[in-house]
Amino acid sequence: MAAILPANSIDRERGQARAKPDGRPPQRRRVAPWADTVFSLLTHGAAWLTLALLAGIIGSLLVGAAPAIKQFGLNFLITADWDPVQEKFGGLVMIYGTLMTSLIALLIAVPVSFGIALFLTELSPGWLRRPLGIAIELLAAVPSIVYGMWGLLVFGPILATYVQQPLQSLLGGVPYLGALVSGPPVGIGILSAGIILAIMIIPFIASVMRDVFEVTPAMLKESAYGLGSTTWEVVWKVVLPYTKTGVVGGVMLGLGRALGETMAVTFVIGNMNQLNSLSVFEAANSITSALANEFAEAGAGLHQASLIYLGLVLFFITFVVLAFSKVLLNKLKKNEGARS
Amino acid sequence: MTQLRAGLLFAACAAMFSVAHAQEVTGAGASFPAPVYAKWADAYNKATGVRINYQSVGSGAGIKQIQAKTVDFGASDAPLKDDQLAKDGLVQFPTVIGGVVPVINVKGIAAGQLKLNGQVLGDIYLGKVTKWNDPAIAALNPGVQLPDAAIAVVRRADGSGTSFLFTNYLSKVNADWKAKVGEGTAVNWPTGAGGKGNEGVSAFVTRLPNSIGYVEYAYAKQNKMTYVLMKNADGAFVSPSDDAFKAAAAGAKWNESFYQVLTEQPGKASWPITGATFILMHAAQDKPAQASAALKFFDWAYTQGDKTADELDYVPLPAAVKDLVRKQWADRVKDAAGKAVSFK
Repeated sequence: MAAILPANSIDRERGQARAKPDGRPPQRRRVAPWADTVFSLLTHGAAWLTLALLAGIIGSLLVGAAPAIKQFGLNFLITADWDPVQEKFGGLVMIYGTLMTSLIALLIAVPVSFGIALFLTELSPGWLRRPLGIAIELLAAVPSIVYGMWGLLVFGPILATYVQQPLQSLLGGVPYLGALVSGPPVGIGILSAGIILAIMIIPFIASVMRDVFEVTPAMLKESAYGLGSTTWEVVWKVVLPYTKTGVVGGVMLGLGRALGETMAVTFVIGNMNQLNSLSVFEAANSITSALANEFAEAGAGLHQASLIYLGLVLFFITFVVLAFSKVLLNKLKKNEGARS
Repeated sequence: MTQLRAGLLFAACAAMFSVAHAQEVTGAGASFPAPVYAKWADAYNKATGVRINYQSVGSGAGIKQIQAKTVDFGASDAPLKDDQLAKDGLVQFPTVIGGVVPVINVKGIAAGQLKLNGQVLGDIYLGKVTKWNDPAIAALNPGVQLPDAAIAVVRRADGSGTSFLFTNYLSKVNADWKAKVGEGTAVNWPTGAGGKGNEGVSAFVTRLPNSIGYVEYAYAKQNKMTYVLMKNADGAFVSPSDDAFKAAAAGAKWNESFYQVLTEQPGKASWPITGATFILMHAAQDKPAQASAALKFFDWAYTQGDKTADELDYVPLPAAVKDLVRKQWADRVKDAAGKAVSFK
């Protein structure tokens, strides 16, 4: 303010002199007038290329799967047979395996990631924040096959010995409950795959959550603390509502990764194309794992077409998940507008 | 001047490229024989300067590639039936022989101690025999301490020639298996956990107590796995070995057709789950120079490659079978003019 109010006449004159235009405005040099056009064409091209690729992928999947679609139609989605010898194919086991492992992964990963992000942004002492954050991000850099090997050689036996076998001996004779824990006592199956997937997606969800938690304005939090809120209340009633878009985005990112993960799952899911019971200890198969295992040796014809059909189904599932998350985000945004 | 130089350079490049191209033969297919093909190719390259480029992409993909003529030869663990060969205009011939070995991990049972027959092995894989001390197993193994534990069945998850031999054998010896499951590189397994590749199955078997699986002989031998004695067609219990595979191959009627699956072959010393691996080539060659180079390589492998195969635990073909293959080359593999493609 003080600068605008001149203290004396000399300053006033100076101010007026400064305000006068100093000749013509400096001419901007136009280096290459076509650069903008080229740049715009390039960016347009990149955008359209992505769309064209997407259309191409859908097209080639449809063409490849055509024999299976013609033969099995939508029954493919609800049939559990997978018999390459008789050429009878149905994708129910793989679809169930993919969805179930991803669901288990989310059930475990979301609360844990929330805890990690919460600790890192609100509770952690300053000296621990950086090393811990980096360690969690490093988890994302571990190749998935390493998780698979670890799951098969280390985690599977632990799960079998300390969880599955005690549960089975406890509930073995009980009707219904016994069926829920049935399955070969080897620690290989849907539950192990889900847990391994959870470990794999935790770093993604946690780092997104941490980043969005950090952008919550300090003023909002301080005000809430000033009103006497506990840390939990601040997080639950201030930070989370402020960042829910980002949090949902992070969860969807993790879900996308879980749906598409191949190598780690194929090691621990048991690759069993049959559904004997709904037990989470039962070996099953996922879409990606079936594709990875069978594609190289699948003869031309229905077997190959059915595998491509499975790929198409996975594409559709991921598409639905993405679309659903977009709808959810839009709803959240609208509600925000209505409240404020 | 510059133009002249550029022209010369271009000509030189083109010449080099065409020379390199003429000396490279490509093949693709089965992963089971890939180690021995790679060793042969390496030695052959040193001896003659011809490069053999073999991609181990799986039998199914190998068959697809030779049908599409993207490679000079395809390779498959399971032989093609004669009518399918005729339909695609292909010829096939065996290169080496190998065996599939059931392996177990049961505490207190050493390699070669447990005896099984095809019926019981099939019932285990059908999920009908579920305990190690089942009377069916005990009857074959008097005096062996069998634990009262559930059998953890392990099999291949990926489609493979190993699974083809194994299921082909079970279909021959277990009627129930034939009716319910059948044979193929991938089948609808009634039970068990699937491992990826020989290494996946072996990892499961070594890690899971009371498990049974099946792997290629070379893999079982190199990893000192606990193998099982199998009862063969003549009723004798044999242990897997090069000689047992040779005995199985000797009985096959190669002179009738090269479509020979060597499972459950007669002979007191025959290992029942034996099989050859095959090469596929087009009978009518539009690139006779490439075909000739490929045939020369296999001719060289038949003459010089037996020792390499032995070292890698594959069994070379009997000399009589090799001669039959050479005769087929001379009779069947022709160029566009109908002249036989030379392999000498």
